Amino acid sequence: MTEPILIARDLRKSFNVGGGWFGASDQLHALSSVSFELFPGETLAIVGESGCGKSTLARCLSGLMELTSGSFLVAGRDGRTFIRDDALQFHRAVQIVFQDPYASLNPRRTVSQSIADALRLHRICARGERRARVTDLLLQVGLSGDYLERFPHELSGGQRQRVCIARALAVAPEILVCDEPVSALDVSIQAQIINLLKDLQQRRGIAYVFISHNLALVQQICDRIAVMYLGEIVEMGVAAVMQQTFRHPYSRALFAATPMIGSRKVDQIRNPLAGDVPSPLHPPSGCHFRTRCPFAEARCRDQKPELREVAGRLVRCHFAEEISSNRQSRPRGSLPD
Amino acid sequence: MSALLQVEGLSVQFPTLRGDVAALEDLSFEMREGETVALVGESGSGKSTAALALSRLIPESTGCIISGRVVFEGRNLLGLPLHELREVRGRRIGMIFQDPMMALNPVFTIGWQLAEPLRKHFGLSNRAARDRAVELLGHVAIAAPEQRIDQYPHNLSGGMRQRVMIAMALACRPSLLIADEPTTALDVTVQAQVLSLIKTLKDELGTAVLLITHDLGVVWEIAQRVIVMYAGRKVEEGTAAHVFDDPQHPYARELLRAAAFASGEGGRLPEIPGSVPSPFEIPSGCCFAPRCTSAREICYAALPPLKSTKHGHEAACVLVGAASP
Repeated sequence: MTEPILIARDLRKSFNVGGGWFGASDQLHALSSVSFELFPGETLAIVGESGCGKSTLARCLSGLMELTSGSFLVAGRDGRTFIRDDALQFHRAVQIVFQDPYASLNPRRTVSQSIADALRLHRICARGERRARVTDLLLQVGLSGDYLERFPHELSGGQRQRVCIARALAVAPEILVCDEPVSALDVSIQAQIINLLKDLQQRRGIAYVFISHNLALVQQICDRIAVMYLGEIVEMGVAAVMQQTFRHPYSRALFAATPMIGSRKVDQIRNPLAGDVPSPLHPPSGCHFRTRCPFAEARCRDQKPELREVAGRLVRCHFAEEISSNRQSRPRGSLPD
Repeated sequence: MSALLQVEGLSVQFPTLRGDVAALEDLSFEMREGETVALVGESGSGKSTAALALSRLIPESTGCIISGRVVFEGRNLLGLPLHELREVRGRRIGMIFQDPMMALNPVFTIGWQLAEPLRKHFGLSNRAARDRAVELLGHVAIAAPEQRIDQYPHNLSGGMRQRVMIAMALACRPSLLIADEPTTALDVTVQAQVLSLIKTLKDELGTAVLLITHDLGVVWEIAQRVIVMYAGRKVEEGTAAHVFDDPQHPYARELLRAAAFASGEGGRLPEIPGSVPSPFEIPSGCCFAPRCTSAREICYAALPPLKSTKHGHEAACVLVGAASP
């Protein structure tokens, strides 16, 4: 078996919030104990709702934010020292594509300038070859040479995202972190960008960490899925195994709430999730999901479930074995406060 | 049954430095009482312009040209004097918008904002309006409404703010609710809550809902009839069941395939090549022709008119009648 290109162990990130000059500040745990592996040429999806820590994870992995604790290995080197000692080299291994392509391109630089900047900074090719390289990169993302001298405002959303992808590819990264790369695009354009990412993966063997909130989309395009809730991975496994038979109550609810044309409708869900995601400043004791969980019992409040293997995937739930497709809620027991 | 809302030939043009832009062209449709109709399309399709133009929320002072007729409960809204229009807005037509934080006033409590239409339209006293507001908050499933009512919009979560918007829009029991992307800014689990809330309230109050959205999944959830828009024009209209089952216009068909995210050959998602035309460069003939896989010469020649097709559908495609006799 091939070696993983990225190994994340017990990643934690917390922010200090509030607190004035003398007041005590609160700790917001955006990531707590996130561990996973990513293999070359593989797509790992990180799915969750806003506030679950998925974008924080993207930023930490791509070196834009420093972890509070934990370690990750990129191509066998410790990520945190890697960034400190040789940031350029690190960024040649890991690149990121953001949700809003307009905000991530400099409005005053043309497409060719933006992409050439990456080549120049990383000293990838001689100055004379740059233009040819940029043209080639644009071609790879499906844009003709006509776009070289255009400014971002002259492009459509889909074209801008293609430019961002071309810029990320300029340094030939081994890992590409995609933070909601298609959420800001129209449906008809989303498929174009997804197909482009897939083609590039096949051609160049890049591994993707694909951050998304759309479980329906992710199921179609990813090899493995990790579902996050309040900074923790609650379920992770191979997409083909997890297909429609999630074991964690949150993954199940998330999947059920995702509108899917041709399947049952929201008001036919037997136990829709009530309420909102609790504040990450004061997450519930025990299992973070218990306040919204239809299966919750006293044990969920007292004892924090560990991530353990059930039915071929990792699940963070005390009752994962009992939760199968034909059970919607526990018949006994009442909801703890 | 007579129509609640009749829109005839509604067109909107925005003046820009590069000339007038036709954001919406010749939109006609009808809504019956208690019906849920979805206006669906991608960005630039004119769906939000239509929503705003219906209740004349597009500022006419900037030189926008609005033509056509919007007959609501027997009166043409486009010709009403402003003081009469105010009687209709809020009281007979409720509106909810995409971003509840932008639509709510940050410096007033939600209770005050919720009670405002009740005081204005029904002349309720502050006390009575407040009591009714508490009741309304309970109605949209907000826990502890007595405490929430004195809070400000920033104290609430996104889902709760949208519930407040819904409560406000429905406070006067309007006969029409215009919902412009009501769940786009929300997480899916909260979206599911809000959609089923709209559905329940609509059934309870008998309100007709005009849903504006780009998300076909949301349309699938609650719409009875669907109008598909492309580049400022209606390209297809039909009952939801038939549009999802057997779309007639090539754009509607492709959009549905793209929205299902079902992988086709070789694990690739079905995509629509190209992108929506810029409003400055609307092609002559059918706007979708440059992206259409079955386009012929005739498609580029003239704008295809809306034609009746099977199941009582309408579709604006020259090939529709030709393909199926």
